[in-house]
Amino acid sequence: MTDTSMKTVDNTRRNLLKGGAAAAAVVTLAPGITLHTAQAAVTGPASSDKRWGMLIDANAPEGVWDIAVDACKAEQGWGKTENENPATDPQWIRKVSLKDPKTGAKASLPVMCQHCSKPPCVDVCPTGASMKRADGIVLVDKHICIGCRYCMMACPYGCRSFVHEPVHGQRPHMPRGKGTVEACTMCVHRVDKGQQPACAEALNKAGSNAIIFGDLNDPNSEIARAVAKHVTQRIRADLGVEPGIHYRGI
Amino acid sequence: MGFALLAIGLGIASPVQAGDVPLPNPAKAFKGEQCLEPTDVMRRNHMEFLKHQRDETLREGIRGQKYSLNSCIDCHAVKSPDVAGGKVRTLKPFCAECHSYAAVSIDCFSCHTGAAVPGIGQQSALPVDHDLKASIAALENHLGKGADQ
Repeated sequence: MTDTSMKTVDNTRRNLLKGGAAAAAVVTLAPGITLHTAQAAVTGPASSDKRWGMLIDANAPEGVWDIAVDACKAEQGWGKTENENPATDPQWIRKVSLKDPKTGAKASLPVMCQHCSKPPCVDVCPTGASMKRADGIVLVDKHICIGCRYCMMACPYGCRSFVHEPVHGQRPHMPRGKGTVEACTMCVHRVDKGQQPACAEALNKAGSNAIIFGDLNDPNSEIARAVAKHVTQRIRADLGVEPGIHYRGI
Repeated sequence: MGFALLAIGLGIASPVQAGDVPLPNPAKAFKGEQCLEPTDVMRRNHMEFLKHQRDETLREGIRGQKYSLNSCIDCHAVKSPDVAGGKVRTLKPFCAECHSYAAVSIDCFSCHTGAAVPGIGQQSALPVDHDLKASIAALENHLGKGADQ
């Protein structure tokens, strides 16, 4: 019995070693093996070697920010509520217009969660739902969020929203529900797959470089080179919360 | 008399009396013959699998592990006249079958969509080179098994 099984295994190994085509056939033929393929493609854990960030060019033509906001809505499934109330409806990313009253100079820029290195929202959360991943992405763990909204009061950027109304038709990767706080996730589900956040990708497709996404810790990344080359600002840098979102031209 | 004995016999064999809440009868999987674990293990431990992994996924970014709610949806979502007029497959009726019987109040679906969309089995954020990695892992796995024997 043992000898027979040895023989079988050896034959299969010979076949496997003969070429890639044979290997692929074995993968599809054996149900036990396909189970293991699912385990094989595990991503993470997120590492502090990376520091995800964005560089936003406020001098880009004003129209491009609508592309970014629409892409975010489509990707994450927010933006439609039953009783539309602009004062309280969730806004993961919003277009803000600036005007210098003295010179009349205008600028327009998107503001979303700034993914701070020292996030005040995480400091104040009573349950630990508000959290920062090792790679700098700040998230809400809605499983344990009690909807107290301390984080919304603490955020200097007003970037978190409370869900006041029942939500339907959520995207499979982005659960959302009434009674929890939510904000930009920097498209963490895409970033973990090696893709860009939806806003940056939509702008790239539209031929705009207005949002550069990447790893600020990697000196060879496009964003790190851009940040090293140009003078950039972070909103309310005086607060010392060290946002991961950099701006040019404000 | 025979009928009465039969009725008593049935009553002893099953804790359910006539007129009580019927035993749950979850629908057969939409696809696949074998779940990730044997049925009795899944019935007892599915909540541990999901809860353990949700924390790892959300907090550490570990995706594409063995268990996930989207994998449940992929196979177990069923069409029900109560949901969207029976047009889409959703997981909720499958879960509710036992949860309502056991008075379990957790409801994943107040936030998570239970609806099956094409490719939802791949929604646990499998990386772009998933197929290549999977082939390599399967090969290694296979060779490793051979060496053990």
